[in-house]
Amino acid sequence: MITVLDVHEKPIFESSYTVQGGNFDEAGKVASQIKVILKKLGLQTDVVRKAALVAYESEINIVSYARKGTINISITPQRVKIETIDEGHGIPDIELAMQEGYSTADAKIREMGFGAGMGLCNIKKFSDQFQITSEIGIGTHLKMIILIENGA
Amino acid sequence: MDLETIVKCLDLKVFSGFDKLKTEVLDGYTGDLLSDVMANSKEGDIWMTRQVHQNIIAVASLKDHAGVILVHGADPANDTLEKALKENIPLLGTGLSGFEIAGRIYNIIKGKKEITAQNP
Amino acid sequence: MTLNDVAELLDAEVLAGHDQLEMEVKTGFGADLMSDVLAFAKPGSLLLTGLTNPQVVRTADILDIAAIIMVRGKRPVPEAIQLAKEIKIPVLSTRLILFETIGRLYEKGMRGCIERVDNSFGRP
Ligand SMILES: Nc1ncnc2c1ncn2[C@@H]1O[C@H](COP(=O)(O)OP(=O)(O)O)[C@@H](O)[C@H]1O
Ligand SMILES: [Mg+2]
Repeated sequence: MITVLDVHEKPIFESSYTVQGGNFDEAGKVASQIKVILKKLGLQTDVVRKAALVAYESEINIVSYARKGTINISITPQRVKIETIDEGHGIPDIELAMQEGYSTADAKIREMGFGAGMGLCNIKKFSDQFQITSEIGIGTHLKMIILIENGA
Repeated sequence: MDLETIVKCLDLKVFSGFDKLKTEVLDGYTGDLLSDVMANSKEGDIWMTRQVHQNIIAVASLKDHAGVILVHGADPANDTLEKALKENIPLLGTGLSGFEIAGRIYNIIKGKKEITAQNP
Repeated sequence: MTLNDVAELLDAEVLAGHDQLEMEVKTGFGADLMSDVLAFAKPGSLLLTGLTNPQVVRTADILDIAAIIMVRGKRPVPEAIQLAKEIKIPVLSTRLILFETIGRLYEKGMRGCIERVDNSFGRP
């Protein structure tokens, strides 16, 4: 469970971003910003890459499937934590949504090169810890942790 | 050259279309967007993709592809496999990346065309 | 080979990054699914794709891709080129299909940035 690592270590960086659902022109902007920050903090390239990737897939999902959402990032010397909380229709069957190949994406999403049902798999694969909860008609909440080996 | 040669050369997994491996492969097509593949691929192409959705079988069948190769070690979705077996479309698989499989098939097909051009 | 060599080999038009064509590239990744690219493409490789929207550039940025080759001669929207210029990722456009593009590069010694994936993920 994520809570194990959520020890009360003071973050060296914390920030929060708003993502507008349906705004495909801006999709990915937050992930790019996060990447720049992590690079500036001098984190290992592997950590930067994983965090940016995980943030990007989650941001695309908010833009694709939710009305709006927030992406929170918090960094301690031990880990990068990315959390996304959105307001939307939620995910009725999480197990199904986690299956590779399952997607409810429309033509617009597929045109962007997403919507092959691989996003959540990528998020899980590239996070060291991953948690997803969702409530129908309310929204979806993802929590991802990427560990920083030997501290930063 | 037939599918069987390519299957053997590149050690491809055969999911379906076991009795159609004598089909001639005329050319190759790489793509994951079904509308693109519908519009731009040709009859006799061997189609390489990372899409596993069952619609790939409909596209391969409509376009008379020689076969479909799933790349990156992807397994077909269950209904995709069912459909491929039912329609007897050669569905193949490889662990190779899309770049590697396309590069190798391009070389095989091109080498073959050059030989044919020398001894018509 | 350099991006200049790539441009010549593919008869490609340079849409962004005219001043970066001396860059050396050794490996490539070809796909139209951005999640596939995100899962497997490696930093410093060429991204070859049939897509032309800004998301391709974003994906390339996230992964530190060296340069993007857009295939089939489809013109990208101006926003995609604008973004590529901002983050300094060269973009080339060729009329060739993806299969031919990869084939020509492979023939000249370019290899996949990943050779093979041993097992698929997300499926039991
Ligand atoms: N934030 C979200 N809100 C509502 N539904 C979501 C959300 N994220 C994912 N989903 C659902 O889960 C499915 C699978 O998501 P994902 O693995 O990212 O693949 P894709 O986006 O390619 O469909 C989506 O098609 C969608 O139905
Ligand atoms: Mg997604």
